[in-house]
Amino acid sequence: MFAKFDKTQIGNSTAIKSSVQRAIRQKLLDQFEALRENDGALLEQIWPKKESISLIKCHNQLQLLSFNGFPLFFQSHDDPYVPTLRLLHLYPHLLPPVTVDRGAIRFLIAGANVMSPGLTSKGGKLPPTEQSYPANTVVAIFAEGKDHPVAIGICKTSTEEIKKVNKGIGIDTLHFIGDGLYKFERI
Amino acid sequence: MAEASTSQVVPQKDIVYCGICQFPVEYCEFSNSFKRCKQWLEEELPEVYISLYSENALKDKMGSLSVEAEKKLEQDVAKNEAKAEKKALKEIEQKKSSKITIIREERTKRKVTTHIQNLDAFSVELKPAAKLFAQKFATGASVTKNPQGKDEIVVQGDVTDEVEDMLHARQKVLSVLPEKVKVIKEDKKKKKANVEGAEDGHQE
Repeated sequence: MFAKFDKTQIGNSTAIKSSVQRAIRQKLLDQFEALRENDGALLEQIWPKKESISLIKCHNQLQLLSFNGFPLFFQSHDDPYVPTLRLLHLYPHLLPPVTVDRGAIRFLIAGANVMSPGLTSKGGKLPPTEQSYPANTVVAIFAEGKDHPVAIGICKTSTEEIKKVNKGIGIDTLHFIGDGLYKFERI
Repeated sequence: MAEASTSQVVPQKDIVYCGICQFPVEYCEFSNSFKRCKQWLEEELPEVYISLYSENALKDKMGSLSVEAEKKLEQDVAKNEAKAEKKALKEIEQKKSSKITIIREERTKRKVTTHIQNLDAFSVELKPAAKLFAQKFATGASVTKNPQGKDEIVVQGDVTDEVEDMLHARQKVLSVLPEKVKVIKEDKKKKKANVEGAEDGHQE
């Protein structure tokens, strides 16, 4: 999504109404379990209630939520909010994890989608059958032997299905290290 | 995110970003500037460097990948790196060889505009630069697209020489220009119609 993202695609940033902000906060809380813990302590930390947040509209119906210039979440169309990688690096438990093997890392960094064998091979890791993620789950993609996630993706099918089929694209990559959005530490 | 303070309830995970490729340092090996990244890390954060690139660490990180695959990976990375370096060199060269064109264009009788082209090749920000010219000469100056589809700065009035001096002085937003930037001056006269008419007269 962000492989070819650059300055020209960023529209103007606007301060958003407090009522809309409240709605966004609620949405975020509904969506991320990690943000809900301890009465939303984490949300309060990354986005204090009293501070206002700005909305940056970009091309292709893409919106960024930024706090003090740091992009926190992005959303395309009316899809769920997705944290940016830099935010995820600080709070990795925001998203459910999967792991790819070492051979897949370089393709991911080049912007490829995650192929199923990269997840099912020895170095990869998918959740056990009981905790299988349904299709369209946004996941943090970790890499074998690394501490930090390398990308964020969205499961094309359920993880069980990925294990069974073991062929073709398993996870669509949304946002990866070194892509256009990643390069904007601040906007 | 930057508000790291005592009020934190949820701990942040430590992360070190590379100063060269901006990746988390453990991913430097996949960037196009691995060699420089390694150097940078060794100088800036020797402890982290040892934990990542000492022999033991290298052995550990092999993980499930076979020796052959690992070798192939290394080769690919090296190849990409060489490619990226070449590209960077080419870009620098191109930058060196590119020139700024100042065109003086006549509009009506005594009205003249000055067009400054190719400033963006030196990564000068055009809008602030136009403002600078406008302030300096107390005239209108704007960024417009020329027929070739490139952005240029148009300044009202004949300020060709002054603009050239400013480009060489490299002040404010122009400070990104290299020293002794090459400048070409052109003069576009709008007397074409008249000239043609005169020629016609001759033939008759």
